[in-house]
Amino acid sequence: MRALISNKLPAIVLLIVAAVAVKTQAQVTFERLLNASKEPQNWLTYSGNYAGHRFSTLDQVNTTNAHSLVAKWVYQTAATGKFETTPLVADGILYATGQDDRAFALDARTGRPIWLFQHQLPSDIRPCCGRVNRGLAILGDKVFLGTLDAHVIALDAKTGNIIWDVAAVDYKQGYSFTLAPLAVKNLVIFGVSGGEYGIRGFIDAYDANTGQRKWRFYTVPGPGEPGHETWEGDSWKIGGAPAWVTGVYDPRTNQLFWPTGNPAPSNRGEGRAGDNLYSNSLLALDADTGKLNWYFQFTKHDEHDWDATQVPIMIDSGDKHLIAQANRNGFFYVLDRATGKLLSANAYSRTTWTDNKDAEGRPIPNNQSSPTPEGRTVCPGALGATNWMSPSFDSQTGLFYVTAREQCDIFSTAPQPYEVGHAYYGSAYFPSDKAEPYWGALRAIDPATGQVKWEFRHLSPTWSGVLSTAGGLLFTGDAEGNFIALDAASGKPLWHFQMGGAVYASPMAFAVDGKQYIAIAAGSSLYAFALP
Amino acid sequence: MLTPTVCRQKKSSFPISRRVLLSILLGLLALAALLSSSTVAQESRNPLSTDPKAAKAGEFEFRINCAFCHGLGARGGGRGPDLTRAHKRHGDSDADLFQNITQGIPGTVMPANGTNGQGVGMTDDEIWQIIAYLRSVQVQSPLKPIGNPAHGKDLFYGDANCSSCHMVEGKGGRLGPDLSSVATARTVESLIESVRNPSQRLAWGLTESTKEFAQEYETVTVVTADGQKLKGVTLNEDRFTLQMMDTTEQIHLFEKDKLRSIQTSRKSMMPSYDLTILSDHDLDDIVAYLLNVSTK
Repeated sequence: MRALISNKLPAIVLLIVAAVAVKTQAQVTFERLLNASKEPQNWLTYSGNYAGHRFSTLDQVNTTNAHSLVAKWVYQTAATGKFETTPLVADGILYATGQDDRAFALDARTGRPIWLFQHQLPSDIRPCCGRVNRGLAILGDKVFLGTLDAHVIALDAKTGNIIWDVAAVDYKQGYSFTLAPLAVKNLVIFGVSGGEYGIRGFIDAYDANTGQRKWRFYTVPGPGEPGHETWEGDSWKIGGAPAWVTGVYDPRTNQLFWPTGNPAPSNRGEGRAGDNLYSNSLLALDADTGKLNWYFQFTKHDEHDWDATQVPIMIDSGDKHLIAQANRNGFFYVLDRATGKLLSANAYSRTTWTDNKDAEGRPIPNNQSSPTPEGRTVCPGALGATNWMSPSFDSQTGLFYVTAREQCDIFSTAPQPYEVGHAYYGSAYFPSDKAEPYWGALRAIDPATGQVKWEFRHLSPTWSGVLSTAGGLLFTGDAEGNFIALDAASGKPLWHFQMGGAVYASPMAFAVDGKQYIAIAAGSSLYAFALP
Repeated sequence: MLTPTVCRQKKSSFPISRRVLLSILLGLLALAALLSSSTVAQESRNPLSTDPKAAKAGEFEFRINCAFCHGLGARGGGRGPDLTRAHKRHGDSDADLFQNITQGIPGTVMPANGTNGQGVGMTDDEIWQIIAYLRSVQVQSPLKPIGNPAHGKDLFYGDANCSSCHMVEGKGGRLGPDLSSVATARTVESLIESVRNPSQRLAWGLTESTKEFAQEYETVTVVTADGQKLKGVTLNEDRFTLQMMDTTEQIHLFEKDKLRSIQTSRKSMMPSYDLTILSDHDLDDIVAYLLNVSTK
C-alpha cells in the first residue's frame, strides 16, 4: 500500500500533525494558510493553496487503485438550484455553502451535520445566474460568507453563530456576493457580483475580527484616476467589471492577483467607447492597502460577456514567476507576475473573433465579431470557452488542466435603457439553427508552449472544475451527472460514478484518520468518495 | 374543588385573548395574501396593452430572455414552440401567458422566470412587455388548414406510413416523436421541412440546467460484444452508457466500453419524403391532419 502523503513530504511527521490536529482543532492561522501544503489532510482555501493550484498532495488514491473508489457519504442540502460549493476541511470538519446562502459544518468522515446556518434573504434580491454560492473562507475560529443581498458575514466555526454581519453595498442596485472569499493576514477579501446590472464593481477587504472595511478597490476608475479616460461620458458609473471569482495571493510580494468581469452593458459597446478599464482584467493589488500595482486586460471593450473571472494560477519555474489563465475568450495567457507583461497567448478552443495580435501579443478582435441587430455568429459563445469552474495545475505533470466548452452563439443587439436594479445586457445570444450541438472537453495545456497536449471529450459542456492529485489523478464531473477519475498524464478515464445530478462545482480532496476523500457537489448533494 | 375551577377560569381567559389575537393575525395574513396575489399580477388583462412602447421594449426583452428557445421573432426555434399562433397549447389569455412565464410549465423545459440559472429574472413590467410584443406578432386569424385532414389521417396511418414510427393520440409507433401536439409547437413551414428533409434539424436537447430530458433522436448503430448489429435511436446517453430503442422498439441498455463499436449520427432514421414519394398535395393533407389534432 502506498503512503497517504506524497513521498516528497516527510509523511510520518505529517501523519502525526494530522492526528494531533483532529484532536485539538487548532485555530486556522494565517501561518497555516501560508503553509497549506504542509497539511495536505486539510483544504483551507477555495483553491487549496494561495497559488490557485487546486492540487492535492495526497496520493493514497492513485492510478493503481482509483478503479475501486466508492461513495462514502452523501449530504443533501434539500434545496434546489445550482450547488456550486467547494468545501473547506480543517481538522476533520468540513465547511461548505449551499443554495440560498446556506452554510454548514459536517463531520468530514461521515457527512453528519454539526451546525447549519441560513442567511435570511429579502424577497427582492437580484442574483444574476441562480441563487448560488461557491464557498467559505476560514481564519482563526471563524468562517466567512458573502451573500446574495451583498452582506459579508463572519460565523463562529464551532457553532455557526453570527459573529458579525455587515452590508457591503445596496443589493437593490444589483450587487451580490457569490464567491468564496479569501483570507489573507487578518483580512478577508471579497469581490462583488452583478455584471448584469450596471453596477460599479469593486474588491473589498474586511478586518476578520471586527468586520470593519479596511480598503475597497473600485474596478472602474472614478474621475481623476488613471483609466477613467477609457470610459465614454458617464458610462463608468454603471460600468460593471465585477470580481466574482476568488483570486490568488503571492506572499513573496504580498500581492493579490484578482480577475475581473465584463463591462456593462455586457453585450453592447455603444455608449461606452474605449477600453473600459479594468473590466476583463487581471489586477495585481497590494494585499494590505488594495493599491493597484499592475493590470493586464485580456479583452478590451468586451461585447460578448467574456468575463475574465477564471481562477488565475501562479506557476514558478526556476527564477521565473508566472501567472497563467485560461480565459473565457478562448485563449490561454501566461504573464510575468512581477510586471504583468504578457509572455504568450494561445487559443485552447475554437475562436472566430480574432485573426491578429497587437504589439504586446494580445489577440485583437476582427471586424466580424461585434454583435449586430440581425445577429452574428461568434465562437466562443456567450458562456465562453470556459467559465468560473476552476482549472488545476499539477506540478508533477507540469500541465494546466481546464474545462473547455465548445459552443458558438448568435450575438444580436437589443438596446436597453439603464434602470437601477434592472437587468442591463444590451444584447441577446442564442444558438444558430445551423450550429452543431454544444460539446465540451477537459484539456491539458503545457504552460511552456501553450499547446493542448490531450483532451478528454465530454458529451456536452460541463460546469465542473478540475482537481489534480499527487496520486497521478484528475477528478472532474460532467453535465450528465458522472464524477470521473482520469490519468493526469494521458487523460485516460479510470473510474466513474453516476451521481444523479449535473455538476456545477469544482472538486477538492482531504483526509481524516489516514483515509483520503475526494468531494464534489452534484445536483443538491455533496458526495465524498474514498477507497473501500 | 373551588380553587381549581377558578384556576381553570383564569387560565381560560388567557387562551381566549390569544385566540382572538390569532384570528386577527390570520385575518391579516389572509388579507395580505389576497393583496399580494392581486399585485403579483393575477390581472386578467395586460396592463400595458395600450402602451405603444411596450411591444417594442418587449421585443428586446424577448430576444434576451426567450429567443434562445423560441427563436427570433417568436416563430419557434430548435427547442421552443412558435408563439405567433393565436392558439397556444398552454393557454392563450394574458393571464395564462403571464402565469406560464412566471411559473414555467410543468412537464416541459419551459422554466419559471429567473430559474434557468443563466441570466436575470424579469420584473412583472418586463413580462407584460413581452406579452405585448407577442400580441403584436400574433397571427390574428386561427390557422385554416389548406389541405384535407381526413385524407391526411388516412395517409398518416396508411400509405405514407408515418404511424409506423410516430404516435398521434396514443396510436402509432414509438421510434420517432409523438406528434399529437406538434403543430402547436411548429410552423407549417418547419413541419413541411421536417418531412422533406428530416435531418435538417433533429430535435435539440438543452445543454444547460434544463437539459434533464435529452432525447434528440440521433441515429445510433452499435455492434455488441457477440457481434450483433443493432440500429435505432438514442433515448439517452452519457460518456459511459447508452440507452437506445432499436427498429423493433426494443429498449437496449449498454455500457459503452463493452460494445465492439458504436456510431451515432445526426442523419435522421426517417427517410426524406421527396416529391416522388409524397406529393405536395398529400403533404398538405397530412399537415392539415396534424393541425387538426393539435388544435382540438
